Amino acid sequence: MTIQEVHQGRLRTPFYSRLAALDTVNTWHEWKGYTSTDELYCAETEYFAIRNATAVFDLTPMTKYRIAGPDALPYIDRLVTRDMTKVRPGRVAYAVWCDDQGQVIDDGTIFHLRDGEYRLCSQERHFAWLNAAAIGFDVTITEETAEVAALAVQGPTSFSILSRMGLAGLAELKPFDLMHVDFEGVELMVSRTGFTGDLGYELWIAPEKAETLWDKLFAAGEVTGIRAIGTHALEVARIEAGYIAVYEEFLPADETVRTGRTRSPLELGLNWLVDFKKANFNGRRALAEEMRRGSTWRLVRLDIAGNKAAHHSYVYANEKGNKTEIGFITSAVWSPVCKQNIALGTVKMPHGKVGDNVWVEIYYQREMHWSRVMAKATVVGEPFWFPSRRGATPPGPY
Amino acid sequence: MTDSYDIIVVGAGHNGLVCSALLAKAGKKVLVLEANDQVGGAAVTREFADGYSVSACAHLLYQLQPSVCKDLGLKPKLATSNMQTIALSEDGRHVRYSGASVAGVSDSDTRSYQAFHKRMARYADLLNTYLNKAPPRLGTTDFRDLSTLARLGFDIRRLGKEEMREFLRLIGMNIHDELDERFESPLLKGALSLDAVLGTHLGPRSPNTIMTYLYRLAGDHGRLAVPKGGMGSVSDGLASVARAAGVTIRTGMPVARIIVENGRVGGVETTAGERFESLTVVSNADPKRTILDLVGARHVETGFTRRIDHIRMRGNAAKLHLALTGLPRIDGLSKKDFAERLVIAPDEHYVERAFNPAKYGECSPEPVVELTFPSFRDESLAPTGQHVMSAVLQYAPYQLAGGWNDDARNAFLDSAIAVIARYMPDIESRIVASELLTPADIEREFHITGGHWHHGELSLDQFLFVRPVCGSAQYRMPLDGLYLCGAGTHPGGGVSGAAGRNAARTILRRERAA
Ligand SMILES: Cc1cc2nc3c(=O)[nH]c(=O)nc-3n(C[C@H](O)[C@H](O)[C@H](O)COP(=O)(O)OP(=O)(O)OC[C@H]3O[C@@H](n4cnc5c(N)ncnc54)[C@H](O)[C@@H]3O)c2cc1C
Repeated sequence: MTIQEVHQGRLRTPFYSRLAALDTVNTWHEWKGYTSTDELYCAETEYFAIRNATAVFDLTPMTKYRIAGPDALPYIDRLVTRDMTKVRPGRVAYAVWCDDQGQVIDDGTIFHLRDGEYRLCSQERHFAWLNAAAIGFDVTITEETAEVAALAVQGPTSFSILSRMGLAGLAELKPFDLMHVDFEGVELMVSRTGFTGDLGYELWIAPEKAETLWDKLFAAGEVTGIRAIGTHALEVARIEAGYIAVYEEFLPADETVRTGRTRSPLELGLNWLVDFKKANFNGRRALAEEMRRGSTWRLVRLDIAGNKAAHHSYVYANEKGNKTEIGFITSAVWSPVCKQNIALGTVKMPHGKVGDNVWVEIYYQREMHWSRVMAKATVVGEPFWFPSRRGATPPGPY
Repeated sequence: MTDSYDIIVVGAGHNGLVCSALLAKAGKKVLVLEANDQVGGAAVTREFADGYSVSACAHLLYQLQPSVCKDLGLKPKLATSNMQTIALSEDGRHVRYSGASVAGVSDSDTRSYQAFHKRMARYADLLNTYLNKAPPRLGTTDFRDLSTLARLGFDIRRLGKEEMREFLRLIGMNIHDELDERFESPLLKGALSLDAVLGTHLGPRSPNTIMTYLYRLAGDHGRLAVPKGGMGSVSDGLASVARAAGVTIRTGMPVARIIVENGRVGGVETTAGERFESLTVVSNADPKRTILDLVGARHVETGFTRRIDHIRMRGNAAKLHLALTGLPRIDGLSKKDFAERLVIAPDEHYVERAFNPAKYGECSPEPVVELTFPSFRDESLAPTGQHVMSAVLQYAPYQLAGGWNDDARNAFLDSAIAVIARYMPDIESRIVASELLTPADIEREFHITGGHWHHGELSLDQFLFVRPVCGSAQYRMPLDGLYLCGAGTHPGGGVSGAAGRNAARTILRRERAA
């Protein structure tokens, strides 16, 4: 008797065959309808591939929308808080978009593919909102998640490996640049973007060529080391890079019921993304008011004493804790590369200025029993991990 | 060359006129730009055939707010007042009612009607207080909002425990169930059903048709009048008051767009390309037209745009005007009864059945009719000895499946005349000329999106705090310098002037605060 596979009702990305072949631990989760791997062999090893070699992550489930039409630019410019007129064709912009109350719906990257043609990528789905935003604009919005297979290729040797694949023009590609190259007769888009805070690229191709692309990539990487990774490893890198994530640092405003549970971009440390010089954008009035009145929350990056990860901890203004609670931790991890106990959190203003000391209440369990420490933490200004190779053009060979 | 004004009002509908007159009286330099050649919007008198004139849309005056008349010193001349409603019966045994009195029904119906009217009038009075002020915003700490809200709660509570419960039970309910419980007479039930649904895309079994009925009674308990010279004379009277207060009114000037500069209103531009500057623009046009066409979605935010786009405003009332060689014959009516309001809604099921096809974009094969012979007491409207009939026909959906082409128009006209002819057998032989205005025509000729009577369905989800949309119910739009003052805002349509007056007061209060 053989045991049958149980169907899970999840889509498989075009890279599934390759991931499944490498998989040794069989831990998958659902990501917007797709099956996506937590880890393939060992999250730690996968993490070190990001920082010391090259890691490959299947980001096909990332929601992708094509935005085109004569009004594409004014449409996107009103949708997001930053000035999109400055984002030329061939450039990528990180952006957030808000509801009318200035609360973040999601963040994502906007690829200016060609003149007047954009791709918006985000973790969540936003078709209804994007269509509502299209009222009065001559634009078409196409959901193309399944039409584009995508891989993140990240790590210090990623440039070398991709160069070995013969991608012309790669050396000139600056951070947040994108280019189109021919790959076996189909168009391959390469962007110098990623979620790891390291040197890295993302590759975008038609699903039919996905497996070929994978095979060529892994063949080119063989000599220097290349590893497929899952979301666990990526999550560590994400926190080290100081990037916010939906459902961690904020909730999508359009899905949140309780008042006060959403966050504005100003409360997420994204002031640099909010351009009040623009006459209008979604949330502008509310955010201008917030600037006048002051925000309620502030996002903090914390360097915490000790080595116990501060998952879900309360943050206090003083060591005694009681009655001085000022916020809580939203993401926490021990950073192997920084050798630091790091976290992202949200605290009430005016707490959390860079250089401030706060106290984090960490509960941890050892053989069933719980213990608690009050760990001192310092608010830091910069991302925990920001290697110079990330910004270097051309990136050096490793 | 550009001219500069304190305030520009787009549209000289009666609300625009009320608003501009009040603003000018408060010392503002006001310009009104009206697309049509006549002032008044849907409250106008027009010649529809050589020598025959009629109130083109609104023909009965019953909602004009006393507060508006008082503030502006307006006293409309009436051709007929205190009119009865006569619910026509094919056998000539009509039912009549006006105010609290009813005739032609059983004793028990008479008593029921009196009690019903008393209660409805009481609720309508309560409602009316709130029609005359900007609705309070919810979730603010503004003293004015909180006190209005507290007042509303208090007023409802003050009805007494029983009545409060009854009010809250009725307000969301359909009129059919209530009438069916109280009355026997099919004719009375039919006519009261019609009163509740006139001007809406609702049937008597639709929710909140008690609320629309109360809305009708608010103001003057539904007392009916016909202005001398037709509804246009009310608008002309308002225009004179406005001009006397210093308002400049220019007709034949369609506004193509409301100019937005640096994220705020800067003036308007007409279709002829003429620009007028002003930091305050008040639009009498409906909310959809104002925001989506005149301002443009790109100047406002997505959530707001979506709400505006979702406003339900598909008109369902058509207007029929007949030029007649003389009055038709109607069994059971005396000559003077031609001054009254006649309705064709023989029973409550008739009204609902008329509504059924409208749900699917078809017009009623047997429409309900509200009609008057305005020339009966007003010789200015027709050649001597001749007459005009003014009728509201329901239901004629704005979005007719297949569109309002000639065939569809003729078919609807024929069915309306056939229904009318049941009560007026000689009507056809008396027709000299006719005019049918479908909601599509009303949209085109009066610039009302969907041709809707109220510039937006009158239903609980588009009423009071959420009219025209949630978050923007206080005349001020989320674009600096832009206000609305038409029927699409609180409290709604009808020739009442309440929206125009509330808007003017809001604008002036804001200016004082600034
Ligand atoms: C068929 C029908 C029958 C009705 N019967 C009655 C009745 O018997 N009794 C009653 O009380 N009510 C009745 N009503 C309702 C009543 O007519 C309206 O609710 C009321 O007239 C609305 O007034 P208003 O001033 O808000 O808007 P409107 O009268 O619609 O005025 C708006 C004005 O703005 C102008 N405008 C719009 N866009 C522009 C632009 N871009 N540039 C310049 N000007 C512009 C329009 O031309 C119009 O003059 C009826 C309505 C209809 C459709």
